[in-house]
Amino acid sequence: MIHIKENLCDFCGTCVAVCPADCIEVREASISIEDESCIDCDLCVEICPIEVLVGDNEN
Amino acid sequence: MKTEYDVVVVGGGPAGSLAAKEASKGGLRTVLLEKDRDIGYPVRCGEAVGEKGVTQFTPIRDSWIAEKITAATLVSPNGSKVDVKFQKETGYILNRRIFDYDLSREAAEAGASIFTKAYVKGLLKSKSGVQGVSVDYLGEEKNINCKIVIGADGLTSRVGRWAGLNTLVRMKDMESALQYSVSNVDVKANTMVMYVGKNFAPGGYLWVFPKGNRFANIGIGISGKFSKEKSAKQYLDAFMKKEFPDAAILTTMCGGVPCAKPMVKPIGDGIMLVGDAAHQVNPMTGGGIAAAMKAGWIAGQVAVKACEIGDYSEKQLEAYPKRMFKEFGKSHNLFYKIKETTEKLSDNDLNSIAEKVSNIPFDKRTLTSVFKAAVFKKPSMIVDVIKVFAGV
Repeated sequence: MIHIKENLCDFCGTCVAVCPADCIEVREASISIEDESCIDCDLCVEICPIEVLVGDNEN
Repeated sequence: MKTEYDVVVVGGGPAGSLAAKEASKGGLRTVLLEKDRDIGYPVRCGEAVGEKGVTQFTPIRDSWIAEKITAATLVSPNGSKVDVKFQKETGYILNRRIFDYDLSREAAEAGASIFTKAYVKGLLKSKSGVQGVSVDYLGEEKNINCKIVIGADGLTSRVGRWAGLNTLVRMKDMESALQYSVSNVDVKANTMVMYVGKNFAPGGYLWVFPKGNRFANIGIGISGKFSKEKSAKQYLDAFMKKEFPDAAILTTMCGGVPCAKPMVKPIGDGIMLVGDAAHQVNPMTGGGIAAAMKAGWIAGQVAVKACEIGDYSEKQLEAYPKRMFKEFGKSHNLFYKIKETTEKLSDNDLNSIAEKVSNIPFDKRTLTSVFKAAVFKKPSMIVDVIKVFAGV
């Protein structure tokens, strides 16, 4: 499961483009991740330029 | 907003506006849907573009230009700086906010309808392919039927995925990017500065693009291959602290740059993808404005032809990737190859290239001479590299 520090997010959508499960939605000023479809690959965590996303492994 | 158009364009960047303009010029009932409240904002771009990339479609207006670029400074990993004057090439750092806005106005003047705050949340499909979109507009969900959807929805693109196209970008090809627009900085006028090497920006580069009057875009892109260990933000903040401690950061923007090969099949029945959504970025430089405009322009024209004969199938739309590859896709594939070669240059290689070039008298120093020196390290690069910097 991915945790979102939403107050830090710039809504750039870089995470959307690398998500193999297509479970991230970014709109004008919102981001959401469907936990059921997420496969915990953490690629979104790795690519985020400003460290908005945190995987379970890092908690 | 009507419930039926010939063409729905999703996304109001340069690719979307050019597509909408061409489709409208060809007499198609066209609507452009932008998810944000503004066309052109927020800007997510270094804003550099080559002159010809724009002028082939529309004359450049003074209000679009923040700074004319006539020289580059390349900074090697050990900090050596090599100044290179451009010869024939001229570049610009744009004001994308104004530029994008004006391009969409050109589309509107050609007849396109434009709606902002219109978020496309799904595609309408039938056996014969994509035939519309479902859009969330001002809190109301609407269905729009159409003959062709043009997905110009950038990196966040899900239009392509919904249509069953493979838009996933591999981590090593995705640049994790961050940029600050800063004031109170001393930067050389008309000169773009690029820092290379593992300490500055592994698998990418760090840039300082002047925007006039002690103002600049300072940004970084690092490959997703390296962003796990240390984020783009950590690299850029360390750089700012060292080089520009007094800078006032007026804008922070981040994003990803798909420095991949262009999608081989950016089409399906009733659908075409253009711009970042179809990975149409020069994989060597990360520049995507010119390619996006060209792709939108072609896709708009292909849509006109398809509607003329009443065939919106993938087979009919193949004219778009065919022309796109001829215009820039093939060279992007070549740039991708060069990127793979330059990635293999070690920091020591880069330092010795810089040293070799700085021994060439300034007047005789050209981009070509820089890469002649690079070729000394990796001889296979010669032809490819010169083509890169002569073209685009």
